[in-house]
Amino acid sequence: MTKEYHTITDIAGPLIFVEKTEPIGFGELVNIMLPDGSMKRGQVLDTSSDIVVVQVFEGTAGIDKESGVCFLGETIKLSVSLGMLGRILDGSGEPIDGGPKIVPDERMDINGSAINPWARDSESQFIQTGISTIDGLLTLVRGQKLPLFSGSGLPHNEIALQIARQAKVKGEGEEFAVVFAAMGITNEEAQYFMKDFERTGALKRAVVFLNLADDPAVERLITPRLALTAAEYLAYTHDMHILVILTDMTNYAESLREISAAREEVPGRRGYPGYMYTDLATIYERAGKIKNKKGSITQIPILSIPGDDWTHPVADLTGYITEGQIAISRELHRKGIYPPINPLPSLSRLMGRGIGEKNTRGDHRAVEQGLYAAYAEGRDLRGLVAIVGKDALSERDNRFLMFADVFEDRYIRQGRDEDRSIEQTLELGWELLATLPESALTRIDRRILEKYHPAYRKKHSK
Amino acid sequence: MMKTAKGEIYRVAGPVVTVTGIRPRMYDVVFVGHLNLMGEVIQIRNDKSVIQVYEDTSGVKPGEPVTASGSPLMVELGPGLLTSIYDGIQRPLPVLNKKMGDFISRGLSEPGLDRSKKWKFESAVKKGSKVVGGSILGAVQETKNTEHRILVPPTTSGTIEDIADGKFCVEEPIGHLTDGTVLSLMHRWPMRVPRPVIDKLMPDIPLITGQRICDTLFPVAKGGTACIPGGFGTGKTVMQHQLAKWSDAEIVVYIGCGERGNEMTEVLTEFPKLKDPRTGAPLMERTVLIANTSNMPVAAREASVYTGITIAEYYRDMGYGVSLMADSTSRWAEAMREISSRLEEMPGEEGYPAYLSAKLAAFYERSGRAHLLNGKEGSITIIGAVSPAGADFSEPITQNTLRMVKVFWALDSKLAQRRHFPAINWLTSYSLYMNTLEPWFDREVSTDWKMLRMKTMELLQKEAELSEIVQLVGSDSLPEHDQLTLEIARYIREIFLQQHAYHEVDSYCSIQKQYSLLRTIHEYGAACYDALEKGVLLTDIFKMKSSGLLAKAKFELDFDHELEKVVAEMKKEFKSLGVEAM
Ligand SMILES: Nc1ncnc2c1ncn2[C@@H]1O[C@H](COP(=O)(O)OP(=O)(O)OP(=O)(O)O)[C@@H](O)[C@H]1O
Ligand SMILES: [Mg+2]
Repeated sequence: MTKEYHTITDIAGPLIFVEKTEPIGFGELVNIMLPDGSMKRGQVLDTSSDIVVVQVFEGTAGIDKESGVCFLGETIKLSVSLGMLGRILDGSGEPIDGGPKIVPDERMDINGSAINPWARDSESQFIQTGISTIDGLLTLVRGQKLPLFSGSGLPHNEIALQIARQAKVKGEGEEFAVVFAAMGITNEEAQYFMKDFERTGALKRAVVFLNLADDPAVERLITPRLALTAAEYLAYTHDMHILVILTDMTNYAESLREISAAREEVPGRRGYPGYMYTDLATIYERAGKIKNKKGSITQIPILSIPGDDWTHPVADLTGYITEGQIAISRELHRKGIYPPINPLPSLSRLMGRGIGEKNTRGDHRAVEQGLYAAYAEGRDLRGLVAIVGKDALSERDNRFLMFADVFEDRYIRQGRDEDRSIEQTLELGWELLATLPESALTRIDRRILEKYHPAYRKKHSK
Repeated sequence: MMKTAKGEIYRVAGPVVTVTGIRPRMYDVVFVGHLNLMGEVIQIRNDKSVIQVYEDTSGVKPGEPVTASGSPLMVELGPGLLTSIYDGIQRPLPVLNKKMGDFISRGLSEPGLDRSKKWKFESAVKKGSKVVGGSILGAVQETKNTEHRILVPPTTSGTIEDIADGKFCVEEPIGHLTDGTVLSLMHRWPMRVPRPVIDKLMPDIPLITGQRICDTLFPVAKGGTACIPGGFGTGKTVMQHQLAKWSDAEIVVYIGCGERGNEMTEVLTEFPKLKDPRTGAPLMERTVLIANTSNMPVAAREASVYTGITIAEYYRDMGYGVSLMADSTSRWAEAMREISSRLEEMPGEEGYPAYLSAKLAAFYERSGRAHLLNGKEGSITIIGAVSPAGADFSEPITQNTLRMVKVFWALDSKLAQRRHFPAINWLTSYSLYMNTLEPWFDREVSTDWKMLRMKTMELLQKEAELSEIVQLVGSDSLPEHDQLTLEIARYIREIFLQQHAYHEVDSYCSIQKQYSLLRTIHEYGAACYDALEKGVLLTDIFKMKSSGLLAKAKFELDFDHELEKVVAEMKKEFKSLGVEAM
């Protein structure tokens, strides 16, 4: 039996301070027994021979100085097994779907350990999401962490779900299993995800962790770690390819700020703690592919960025850690375009690992560069038209202006259940490039142009 | 020699552990807890010492034992450093991989140098030779093109009693001094103490990086300092990799400080395949990597920079030109901030410790071209990436760094988004070495180098002014002469300044190639102005195809030959417009 202490001296925000304990380990899990008989959980943040500081996950409401405190002698662990697939758990890992308890195969520390950089695999595979803008211009690969940079009211959830539904690796029958972690999202949003998982049968190959808006904020700090622990177990013990969706990282960061304020730490930018970069890295860097392991972990964190301001610490620090970002654009959304992904401020840094002859097709890079440059130019011209009028533009400029419209309408826009193959995406790209004068495609290598440009292909077939 | 003392843990708060019962010196190494986690003393208050611990402290309890080593944190220096990849405290990552598996677990100390490997040593001194700190005892061939000179430790001197040639492991004695001091292939040096030199010299040779905008417009000197600040995704890491690959340093130390694991993997797979353009040897053979990624312990991240610079100094002391890249110094500063806030120190600007600027200064001060204890000359060039919060250069790390360094390569988010790479802003960047390096360019490249460079800067400046007008009224209302200026400035930007890091040929551009490319653009420009003056229509000038050929020539393997063809084509085209030019 672990000893129960009744020596709380102070309670402040989510923290309690306990004195006269035996030596307590840093990071140990804590049970707090409330006078009403209920129990809360917490974790040791600071421990000394004089005082132990505990952060309480469910918040300190109802705790008084007489409450009992038990230290469990171990850090937070998650019980993992294959039986987790198809299950819905709360933000601290307890089943909430009415099913039985998870029978553990193993108990794993939720903080994980850093992947030795030496052990990482530099090769990867193209993940076809069926969304042209992503597959064609922002190619996702196994083991990548690629967030959706979004804002309130934008359809990031739908996009994440579409990716989860359609993601596959060419030539491999095996689907991804999804680990889904909700942090502080509304019940309605959660329902939206759950319904879709059920409708498509994806739930069978999913593990869901739900910390909703009215669940304790502090719990949010462990939810993504539980999810990643489950993902690591499935990927590295059972050789599965896992897609982890983390939503919403902004809520996570707010909880971090709350704890930091309660501890009276010196705040960094905009009140977020100075260690937020490191803290976020311990989540995002758990994505990866390891040389001698079959499974992999790919991450799609979702951020609703306050005020669409990318210099906000959550977006800024995420961008500094992840391997690119997918920008969900309010402007395209207002135009009624789904999925409203603007490729210009987006980037996939690992694209090079997933494209080309071996993975997709030899012309992939060329099409990508051609489309990107043409769309950028078309959008610039929109700005100019506003000043000088359409008539002042040259014939060439007008073609680019039109290109931008058609590109948004046909390439970016697609159905919510439309699953385009990479070949379709590349062909569509060429079709649009062919609307431009060939002299405007100087960046594209001659050999590639002659092999793939529709004008030449017609000639060949004649 | 090592006196060890035992104490116990009083408090654990993340990476900061307070202990009692030992009386260590500042920066001594202490092992804490049953797991023997390595740490370093960073504060002493009354009877308590505060330790920053290089590994995760989860589960560690007050009352657990502590052992003081009596010695500061040392870097092992000797053959075998090249081609290695270490974590922040010089543990070889491949060995950790072998012993702990794919994830980094705790409590394993592992020496930086392989103890069992034998090196063939040839001595350069003999019995009776007088040696001082830094004297060269002899050498081993460390990699195919690098001779590793075995040095007398900086604080040792005396007369050689005996010295032997042959095969030795790093710890085996290769000889003795008359006072009995044992000499071996390796020695240790405390990482926080700069290795001594006689004096620092004026840097007057450029580090040729093979990156056009750097070498031509904003050159850094061998032994100089440069910084690369930029928001996320602007190209700091690609730039640092480019410099590590192509700059004409003899030794490269690359520190991945608090950045991504995948980027280090990329270096590990690419470098062994790429060849040094000067020696033909795999680039890896002149490189030492230090990888303490963002999710590895922060205290070790703080140390990683010192591990790197100490190794750089060691190779400098052999007489080499060393380049050190640190990506990113901001993450290093943040590590200091994290530790400092745990110590409840009085915070300075944005929560950074008040000593931030002193630490940055001390780091950059370890660069320089130096006159060495052994009479030779060596240099360390430091190039630090800076990751400003919110891409705002007014934040403390960027500002404090700018006070130290002499070259500012400012990365611009707008350029990066337009995919103008390298996204170095040519209007705000600068190099304070320009004057001292000019004689070199004058001598080694061409006497009209300075003029070409100035013309380029003027042209780009003029373009910026004209662009403002164009934003308001459109380009058609500009005088034809100015429209032409915009066009030529575009060639400078697109043909010269843009350089594709992932293109096999364009990735590296020799200084001669840079010169001929730039000169050709300017000659072409001059011919265009000439044609305009002689009455040729601007639209006809814009229609010429040969400028497009020039844009392609830079991607060709046989550039000189291609350039000749392009220039001939240009002449022909001007002739058809009725102008004798170029
Ligand atoms: N010289 C270049 N040539 C071609 N592409 C480049 C070049 N420089 C940067 N890029 C592109 O920009 C992307 C981002 O570059 P990089 O990773 O170096 O940014 P960073 O400044 O280090 O970002 P972070 O601060 O997030 O680490 C690269 O993945 C690449 O696509
Ligand atoms: Mg980087």
